[in-house]
Amino acid sequence: MTSPSLPAAEPPMGTPRKLVLTGISGRLGRIVARALHRDPTWHLIGIDRRPFIGKPKDVEHHQVDLRTKRARDVFRHGDITALVHLGVRHDPRARAAEAYSWNVTGTSRLLEYCQAYRVPKVVLLSSADVYGPRPENPQFLTEDAPLLAAQRFPQIRDLVEVDHMVSTFLWRAQQCDTVVLRPVHILGSVRNAASNYLRLSPIPTLLGFDPLVQPIHVEDVAQAIVRALSPGARGIYNIVGPGELPLSAAIAETGRPTIAIPHPLARPLWSLAFRLGFSGYPVDELDFIRFVGMIDGRRAREELGYRPLHGLRDTIRAVDDVQV
Amino acid sequence: MGLVDRILRSGRTLTSARRERSVDAPAGAFAEPNLPRADDHGAPQQDDLDARVRALVIRANEYGVDPFGMSRKHVAIAVRIARLLYRDYFRTETFGIEHVPASGRVVLVANHSGQLPFDAVCIGAATFFEAKQPRLVRAMVEHFVPTMPYVSYLMSRFGQITGTPENCRRLLEQEEAILVFPEGARGIAKPFSRRYQLGPFGQGFLRLALETGAPIVPVAVIGAEEQAPTINLRLLARLLGTPSLPMLPFPPFVPWPLPVKYRIYFGAPMHFAGTGDEDDELVDEHVRAVRNRIQSMIHVGLRARRHIFW
Repeated sequence: MTSPSLPAAEPPMGTPRKLVLTGISGRLGRIVARALHRDPTWHLIGIDRRPFIGKPKDVEHHQVDLRTKRARDVFRHGDITALVHLGVRHDPRARAAEAYSWNVTGTSRLLEYCQAYRVPKVVLLSSADVYGPRPENPQFLTEDAPLLAAQRFPQIRDLVEVDHMVSTFLWRAQQCDTVVLRPVHILGSVRNAASNYLRLSPIPTLLGFDPLVQPIHVEDVAQAIVRALSPGARGIYNIVGPGELPLSAAIAETGRPTIAIPHPLARPLWSLAFRLGFSGYPVDELDFIRFVGMIDGRRAREELGYRPLHGLRDTIRAVDDVQV
Repeated sequence: MGLVDRILRSGRTLTSARRERSVDAPAGAFAEPNLPRADDHGAPQQDDLDARVRALVIRANEYGVDPFGMSRKHVAIAVRIARLLYRDYFRTETFGIEHVPASGRVVLVANHSGQLPFDAVCIGAATFFEAKQPRLVRAMVEHFVPTMPYVSYLMSRFGQITGTPENCRRLLEQEEAILVFPEGARGIAKPFSRRYQLGPFGQGFLRLALETGAPIVPVAVIGAEEQAPTINLRLLARLLGTPSLPMLPFPPFVPWPLPVKYRIYFGAPMHFAGTGDEDDELVDEHVRAVRNRIQSMIHVGLRARRHIFW
């Protein structure tokens, strides 16, 4: 199945290496693009269906769908050195079939292009959420732990499948250095579930539950991606932030009021709120504020040399950073 | 954390009120010669609870919790509750506390009984109150505990952890003391007729000890096995979907323990060499050695005591 692998041709010094970044127009995408842009040897090529507002001149942007022929053309024309895949969508309001096709079909197309045009480096930004918060979890899950999130939270299954697909590609495509990053809850000037949750006011919590949580600053995620792009890096890595703290302490740090809901009432209330459009959280995400789902970041520390630069306090306060 | 502070303050007055009272009966009087005697280092040092809490080694971060969620503030409350049970309710006598190393990894292995895990509370209290350097042993809680409100996070703040092999391995590698009941849930729910008869032991604790090179300290708890003479209502348990439903055959029906007297014996540490990957037969042999040691400590302890309640 695997073709005899050719050593990746080293570009001559001075030639910018071409890097494809999917999902570049999102807030996270722009922060990652900014981090990569600091290194002048990278030539950034963005692929996103959305327009890239405030695009620097030297960044190439293709406003196309990942699943189309035009996305394939980006790979065919250019000698791509690396792919960073951020364009995984997690929108609870999207139709299940559309989200599945976007995430799973989109990712499998990308992997096809990488195999066909011999891209030597693929980085997927997955998430530690794929392990799932469960009462039976050990305190710190390692990279070998099974991805069981979909057991209690069926809507997350396409993200689990994307992670599985790229992890399989890691072993299938030997000529490609594949890296899967599984960061903990990303906080900062991004619009994801964790940051939005800490921006609610009052913040709903479950009465009598206060699990430890691990936050990570969005800039530390960008830093981890840069490290994953370094030559030779290959494998699956949990990416942790500066540490862990009780959810209540994180909420206290934001200075927002809380409202504690008894957990037998929380499910019906929450699903009603979701259906009426008051809440953007599907009811199964309640487990994230009920059970521990923490990971062990030792491997990334030892093999990638990754260290978070932001402390716990900075990381939590980053949710109130000015929106980019 | 207004509530926490209030409890801490009220506990401090409690301490001074109890200081004059003698804690233990003359303990060595009826101890067998081959058993270690109750440790008698200075009583005021024993009662200085806040100093002991400060002396605990807790690797807390800027938010006051260690990686497993333990916080010194909450431990200070837990030991106040534990002291009521340990000193006043069960009037525990502890023997051989010097066998618990002051630092470094160690696995405490004990018999389990009594329907509610007061034996774990008292073993934890013994290593906290009696040893020269207080240690907080970390016991394994059942997997349903994290699903219960309040209990879930309080257990974590008190330093108790969900019982998985990964957690035990991690704690032992961090030179902590863990408490294991190899009889498991079947042990704690054992009927009154089988008191002081050890149930079958699992192998997990021994493989962990081999893998991490941790010594095993056998512990025998006398008293707990009689604290709740329950009958098990199998039919009702099946109806409610719980593994067992122990009830007292007299009011208050819930298995709240009788005020029996606890005697806790810590035995000499047992060292086993190996990798943890040995055949079952070899590991079984070691497990039997630990089990036999605990059983014989139970026998000696039972012969030495005068009465269940005093």
